[in-house]
Amino acid sequence: MHVEVRGLNKKFGTFQAVKDVSFHIAKGQLIGLLGPSGGGKTSILRMLAGLETPDEGDIVFHGQRVNDLPPQERGIGFVFQNYALFKHMTVAENIAFGLEVKKWPKAKIKARVAELVELTGLKGFESRYPHQLSGGQRQRVAFARALAPEPQLLLLDEPFAAIDAKIRHELRSWLREMIDRLGITSIFVTHDQDEAIEVADEIMIINQGRLEQKGSPWEIYKDPQTPFVAGFIGESTIVEDIASLRGFADTLTWPGTKGLIRPEYIEVGKEHEFPLLSATETGRVKHIHFRGSEWLVEVEIGAIKLVTYRSLEKEVLHPGDAVHVLVHRAYLFNDNDSWVMENKLKEDPMPVHI
Amino acid sequence: MTNMLQSRWWSWGFRSAVLIYFVLLIVFPILGIYGQSLSGGWHAFTDNVTEALAWKAVLLTVKLALISTAINAAIGTMAAWVLIRYRFPGRRLLNSLVDLPFALPTAVVGLMILLLLGPRSPVGQGAEALGFTILFHEPAIVIAMVFVTFPFVIRAVQPLLEELDASEEEAAYTMGASPARTFFRVILPCMTPGIASGAMLAFSRALAEFGAVVLVAGNIPGKTLIASVYIFGEIESDNPAGAAAVSVLLLTLSFAILWIVHFVQTRRTGR
Amino acid sequence: MMRRLWIGLTVLVFGLLLVIPVIRIAQGAFDAGWSGFWRGLTRPEALHALLMTGIIAVVATVVNAFFGVMLSLYLVRATWLGRRLKRLMNSLVDLPFAVSPVIGGLMIVLLLGPDTALGGLLGRAGIDIVYALPGMVIATLFVTFPLVVREVMPVLQEIGSQQEEAAHMMGAYAWTTFWRVTWPSIRWSVVYGVVLTVARCLGEFGAVLVVSGNILFKTQTATTLVYQDVENFNLTAANAVALALAAGSVLLLLFMEWAKSRKEVH
Repeated sequence: MHVEVRGLNKKFGTFQAVKDVSFHIAKGQLIGLLGPSGGGKTSILRMLAGLETPDEGDIVFHGQRVNDLPPQERGIGFVFQNYALFKHMTVAENIAFGLEVKKWPKAKIKARVAELVELTGLKGFESRYPHQLSGGQRQRVAFARALAPEPQLLLLDEPFAAIDAKIRHELRSWLREMIDRLGITSIFVTHDQDEAIEVADEIMIINQGRLEQKGSPWEIYKDPQTPFVAGFIGESTIVEDIASLRGFADTLTWPGTKGLIRPEYIEVGKEHEFPLLSATETGRVKHIHFRGSEWLVEVEIGAIKLVTYRSLEKEVLHPGDAVHVLVHRAYLFNDNDSWVMENKLKEDPMPVHI
Repeated sequence: MTNMLQSRWWSWGFRSAVLIYFVLLIVFPILGIYGQSLSGGWHAFTDNVTEALAWKAVLLTVKLALISTAINAAIGTMAAWVLIRYRFPGRRLLNSLVDLPFALPTAVVGLMILLLLGPRSPVGQGAEALGFTILFHEPAIVIAMVFVTFPFVIRAVQPLLEELDASEEEAAYTMGASPARTFFRVILPCMTPGIASGAMLAFSRALAEFGAVVLVAGNIPGKTLIASVYIFGEIESDNPAGAAAVSVLLLTLSFAILWIVHFVQTRRTGR
Repeated sequence: MMRRLWIGLTVLVFGLLLVIPVIRIAQGAFDAGWSGFWRGLTRPEALHALLMTGIIAVVATVVNAFFGVMLSLYLVRATWLGRRLKRLMNSLVDLPFAVSPVIGGLMIVLLLGPDTALGGLLGRAGIDIVYALPGMVIATLFVTFPLVVREVMPVLQEIGSQQEEAAHMMGAYAWTTFWRVTWPSIRWSVVYGVVLTVARCLGEFGAVLVVSGNILFKTQTATTLVYQDVENFNLTAANAVALALAAGSVLLLLFMEWAKSRKEVH
């Protein structure tokens, strides 16, 4: 289903939960609504579902405005954060509920339930009650239940929030695969960027009720359009005095400009590891942390503290070591503008002489 | 679509029916009684309230209700503690018995006390030998009030004790506190909100009690006539304005208590 | 040591305050032997009074169970009521708890008595409210109103609205959602509230006494009969009816315990 939203606004009392949000989603896409908790993601989802009424703006499905349609008539599947399974019904009864409400014939209901049980790998659990299932199984029941009436759009509110970290990974790829197979337009809400990056075709970053940026995970990572997005995606350190770093002296031209530097923008190492020392700063290792697959290194360059990763294959650094630090690029921003700047000294300044 | 319209109509019908029922049954009568008490003007109201017998009845009621509330706060705290903390045969039975005063008709309660403490009963005779009488005097009224309001404090304290994490107590012990000190510094403060709100409810119920008291109080004006019986007497002797005036006094007191309980509870749970 | 003392003291209090009085009633009812008890209970006025109590209990329980559940739903879920209004109504629900039953009766007499405008109008139309069955039912409705609401509201709050929203998303309208999703979760609380209501209806005395006028063979209920018997020093007869009422209460209490255990399971 093609979904379009124009100028959506919603207030709860005096709190503006959603501010002037517009977007459209092509048929068959899987979209992640990503942002900090309380940022308005769930409100947008609930307005799409019809569980909340927008103060202003239009919600259009398939070119038809659905604002006045009650949730019962919208043909949307919804997976709630805590699944909201009917506690007094078995797995099969939960899945059949929507079909019974729609007055499907008995035989057809039975066939559809069997199909979904098979699809979600719940065979053998049909007559269990929700409290007899594990978190992952409950999630799959909620998913099957939402899909049963063949909705055109699937909405998922923090679908993995209540699941153990270990199973979460498994379930993510399972969900991704399932949605690909069914080709159903889906929107899910999450506050976990790894989840959004891993699962979604496109991400919409929502902050304080506003849509900050919409795009593929790679676009958003590579080319963040607002300081918030830059800071939210990935880890980062904000450097107030960016002009003092070697290679970024040009930034003095724009007073009040700050730099945002991600760990993966930085290389740290002993002198011999860098072919071009003129682009590097000298610093001192403050702490190192073992991160399972790499080292996390905290370095100090004068008053500036930066964080970066270092491969386990390389020589081990120790706190207090004098090191060289190469900052490849920085995301710069001031009150009016933001852009990405490469280290100016990284290109050999006098290639002719060598 | 027709399904939808139908449900709109239904919900409109239900909503208005429930609201009207609520207003007619609860709000209207209460406004009515305030209206009636003031219908003769402010002077008539104050005359009715300051009438010596009315005044004495209200004071007596407050005094006896306070005594019975104090008794219940003590007994109730103890009983709640025993029922939650100790395991002993018959505990479940006692726990069910707590609700008995809510289930028993108040007139039956009155009759029970009448039979047990009457002048011909062993207790009545014993008291007489010691030179005082229970029935038709203040002690009988207090006993009736204690009986009727018995469950309030227990039922308010029990959930708090159940919620109280054993680790809080253990933490106090590991810091070297004696059992007595732990009780007064850790456990009692946790029970206090329950004791307070239970006692408030018990007090407001004791103020209002009629059935159990009317049979055992003797109802001697100025001596053992409590407010609700006074109101009943005024109604019987066809003086609704006088009855309404004292009612308003009693009601306002009860509402104030109820409001305080509400306030305390929402503040506690709001945190 | 302390433990023994506290348990002993509690058992003693319960025994003195709760158990002995009930036993004494039973004993009193059989003062004149089984036949005395039976005579006291099957007097025509006693039978009529028990019938009146029964009618009032059934009507008041049915009406208040229905309105109590509806009001709880609205107070917890409705978006069409403002937050302030909901809070105000929520505290108003408790009012009957704070009102002395005598005052409750007085209110009805003041509003609908034969001397009032409304009561006079209805009287001319041939409908008696006060000193007749309708007034007694209204008085009982007033007194028992909060019981069901107070039992059901916390459960509704606890189960949250998500299951209901899930049902909406699957196409179920209010009616279906209520019966298939909400009701199974609240039914034991409703049962518990209903039992409390029945107990209160059977035992209601003050309000009914004021409204009914306690007219023999017309508006006398079981509790007002006990009161009259005591006033007439007919203690054995009073005991018989009181024992019947007390037995009813104890049965309800047992049922309440059972309903409570079911409530906790579901």
